[in-house]
Amino acid sequence: MSGAEAPAATRYEAVIGIEIHVQLRTLSKMFCGCSADVASAPPNSLTCPVCLGLPGALPVINREAVRHVLATGLAIGSRILDITRWDRKNYFYPDLPKGYQISQYDLPLASGGSLAFDTSQGPTSVSIRRAHLEEDTARLIHQVDPDGRRVSLVDFNRSGLPLMEIVTEPDIRSAEAARRYAEELRLLLLTIGASDAALENGQMRVEANVSLRPVGQSAFGTRVEVKNMNSFRSVERAIGFEIARQARALDAGETLVQETRGWDDGRAMTYRMRIKEDSDDYRYFPEPDLPPLRTDPAWLETIRMGLPELPATRRARYQASLGLTPYDAAVIVGDQGATRLFENTLAADPSLPAKKVANWVTGEYLRLVKPGGSRGDGEGGGADGAAGAGTGGAAGGRSGSELRVQPAELAHLVRAVETRKLSGTNAKEVFRRHAETGESIARIVASTGLQQISDETALREAVRAVLEAHPAAVADVRAGKGQAVGFLTGQVMKQTRGQADPTLVQALLRDALAESQD
Amino acid sequence: MTAAVSTTDPTRLRAHEMARALRAGQLSARELTEAHLGLIERQDRAMNAWSFVDREGAVEAATQADERFDGARRAGPEGLDALPPLLGVPVALKDLVLQRGRPATAGSRILQGFVSPYDAHITERLAAAGAVVLGRTNMDEFAMGSSTEFSAWGPTGNPWDLGRVPGGSSGGSAAAVAAFHAPLGIGTDTGGSIRQPAALTGTVGLKPTYGRVSRYGIVAFASSLDQIGPFGRDVRDAAMLLSVLAGRDERDSTSADIPVPDYAAELPQSDEEGAASLHGVRLGLPRQYFVAGMEPDVEARVREAVDVLGQCGAEIVEVDLPHTDYGLATYYIIAPAEASANLARYDGIRYGSAARDGDVLGDYLATRGGGFGTEVKRRIMLGTYALSAGYYDAYYLKAQKVRTLIKRDFDRAFESVDALVAPTSPTVAFPFGARLSDPVSMYLSDACTLPVNMAGLPGLSVPCGLSNGLPVGLQFIGAAWDERRLFRLGRAYEAITASADWRALEPADLPALDDPSTPSPAERSSAGRAALDSAAAAV
Ligand SMILES: [Zn+2]
Repeated sequence: MSGAEAPAATRYEAVIGIEIHVQLRTLSKMFCGCSADVASAPPNSLTCPVCLGLPGALPVINREAVRHVLATGLAIGSRILDITRWDRKNYFYPDLPKGYQISQYDLPLASGGSLAFDTSQGPTSVSIRRAHLEEDTARLIHQVDPDGRRVSLVDFNRSGLPLMEIVTEPDIRSAEAARRYAEELRLLLLTIGASDAALENGQMRVEANVSLRPVGQSAFGTRVEVKNMNSFRSVERAIGFEIARQARALDAGETLVQETRGWDDGRAMTYRMRIKEDSDDYRYFPEPDLPPLRTDPAWLETIRMGLPELPATRRARYQASLGLTPYDAAVIVGDQGATRLFENTLAADPSLPAKKVANWVTGEYLRLVKPGGSRGDGEGGGADGAAGAGTGGAAGGRSGSELRVQPAELAHLVRAVETRKLSGTNAKEVFRRHAETGESIARIVASTGLQQISDETALREAVRAVLEAHPAAVADVRAGKGQAVGFLTGQVMKQTRGQADPTLVQALLRDALAESQD
Repeated sequence: MTAAVSTTDPTRLRAHEMARALRAGQLSARELTEAHLGLIERQDRAMNAWSFVDREGAVEAATQADERFDGARRAGPEGLDALPPLLGVPVALKDLVLQRGRPATAGSRILQGFVSPYDAHITERLAAAGAVVLGRTNMDEFAMGSSTEFSAWGPTGNPWDLGRVPGGSSGGSAAAVAAFHAPLGIGTDTGGSIRQPAALTGTVGLKPTYGRVSRYGIVAFASSLDQIGPFGRDVRDAAMLLSVLAGRDERDSTSADIPVPDYAAELPQSDEEGAASLHGVRLGLPRQYFVAGMEPDVEARVREAVDVLGQCGAEIVEVDLPHTDYGLATYYIIAPAEASANLARYDGIRYGSAARDGDVLGDYLATRGGGFGTEVKRRIMLGTYALSAGYYDAYYLKAQKVRTLIKRDFDRAFESVDALVAPTSPTVAFPFGARLSDPVSMYLSDACTLPVNMAGLPGLSVPCGLSNGLPVGLQFIGAAWDERRLFRLGRAYEAITASADWRALEPADLPALDDPSTPSPAERSSAGRAALDSAAAAV
């Protein structure tokens, strides 16, 4: 981080609020029957009169999108009103076909709530102001046509996709906490199935409002909106940059202006997009084409009952009931594939020590998923590298679904190591092969002969042969050079192609050396 | 005034008579359609009721109708019974009802060249009912107006006096039905746009309960007020058409899932039965609807009609709708506010006349500045202002509260009466240009109709005589979903006045439509406007 940040942190307090838009996981768009599966569709192929904003077209509410927002609201402890409303947000832009966006203004589906997570400074929590539902805009593509003219093309496939906007209170005080909040929210949304929430393809868009004030002052400073942060890492870097930039400006006696700034990841800086001279007047008014939305209490209860175990609850349970370290709990819960593997492996063999299973999941499994380390989002990150970006789309790694790890087989493997049928080193090799091929542990062990030799008679023979072959080392041991035992152990392991149980080998060596001395 | 013409002219039949004749094989759909198209093609230069005549589509639909009649006749009586109710019957669509592959301009230059890629719900319903769409009728731009003078395609003449307006905004449909260019017409009514032109042209028009007819595929003006409804030359025809239009549509979230009766079948059949149906009916006469500025002769016709209803057994009681006076002011906040958003999509990016000025803001300004007419711009500005930060509470929010009070007035009235009876319009048809220079005088045309839209209620206008040779309308207002009662009342009124002299009269200027020396409405209108301007200059 910039050198200016450390002193700034002592003179100024950063005040950060986050607005996150996520595309909800639905089959169809927010107000029409068009498919929401726009990822690989040709431009303007998924459109209809409604999402093109043609004259006479009318919106119809997508119930599944409402359900996702209600589920999110329940998960963050929001108040859910019995009756909410749709409003028109009026502004002109070529990506907005109706000239207004159907959104929610003063009666959002979910009001209030909070999200708790850990940072390097310890556990913290962010208050959430609201979560509401709205429709996405079309996508503008700026190009140069064959005649060399700059043209803007509009792709209406994205127009009308369901978007949830989640707004925090200005509660966040550091770039790291902002990043961690966004990561934790993404994890929550993935867990409840509300969104695929990938930042890199715009399914999740993070905007931050950043201002500074002298420590001890309660009035807010001039607010700057930061956009275009396409990864969690850039969320932290952009906000960190902005804090440092504003601190330098304030130190130099400059007056900050209310503006929107974009993050340029390559140049590692924010740049001015536009100055907000006065607050935008969107002339909100109730959407007359949609009746008020009544939330049936029975339906809400069904949604509540259907919520899966939430990440925070799960982390607490892993620590309290299963004895995992906070780190392991965070790493496992931070990755959906890891969580499933951990849960299902324990379910396959409840007698296994959870800690051992956790080691396999956080170690070998995640190593295969994310070769760069168990953090999904690169360096410079969170408190304890906890959350990660999940196995869904970690760059350079493999998605968890490409691996063919079977929980029952992992249970088998852990059991084999526990009962010393397999050495730790060989077990890792067996696991790797299993993950690649999906072949059973038993077959891999049988075909490779990697099972551990715990047969004393066979090992005693190997020990005798090694002692005979290395009289100098034997002499060293007798002369009190303890490290020669290690050498001899290594030789036995080598002879047995690593299959010997090393603890047993050492015991047998000591016995043999003692015997021959007598 | 002319006497009724030969009954062998099929265009003079009522729609239900046409349907009967078609079924009986006395008339072919092709013949009927050609007769109407012939009239339109010969006469519309002098009336300008049509903005698009779909000869090709109409003839094709009529030909198909005839094939279906032939097939059904071969199948016997059951086959004929199974045919849809309007098979082969022509209908006029207001120029804001979308029809796939056909233009729709809503009376606006900004939609010039727009061809709809989809059918409105009611277009589908009409097609399923077998109706033959003759084309699209002229209207005030985006339905904003009460005279059809605010159409980008010139004004429409009233067949009763071609120097006068037919009312609006559905003036084209009303004039077309009055002049026998179509037996049935479709209009929309946001503040009176079906009932007022029905009154001014001597036709029957119904504005249904909000939510009765799907708005899907109807170019929106004010979404919380717009309703689609029928025009006919008698109550039975309007009733028959509403049964086709009405009903729940999943694509309009504000359309109601309430059963639709066969309105025409539930009407009193004979005149005697009609008269008898008035016994014991309690009708409320709202004091506030006899407004200042009402023409005395119009008031006289309405009071006479009310007296006749009373003499025939209806109980007439005066009622108060105390918030009526606020109707106009609140309407002119809510409707423009909604319109300001509904019309934002006409930005030149996708359709309509797009002006390219180099940058996006310039394109918007040029497209909208050149594409919208004066009245539309006035309403967009009114609505934008009413919704702006700092004004919203004082205007829009307060107007919504007053709207609730207006609704409550009606609820209270319907606790003691079955329906209300009132004037439809305070005046008869006025000359071209008479109200163009004074928007408020134009707005006052709807003083008796727009509170009904504010309350979301049904209203029916039926002719109740003439004032100086021009039609006067009588309005029945019902409780929500009570269209059935309004049609029965309208039919009863027709029955008890069946032998009135004025019922035998046809629009006085029909012969002038056939006279090639008759000036077009645009010519009359600009002459009128020039006279008005010179009069104003003299003052
Ligand atoms: Zn669509």
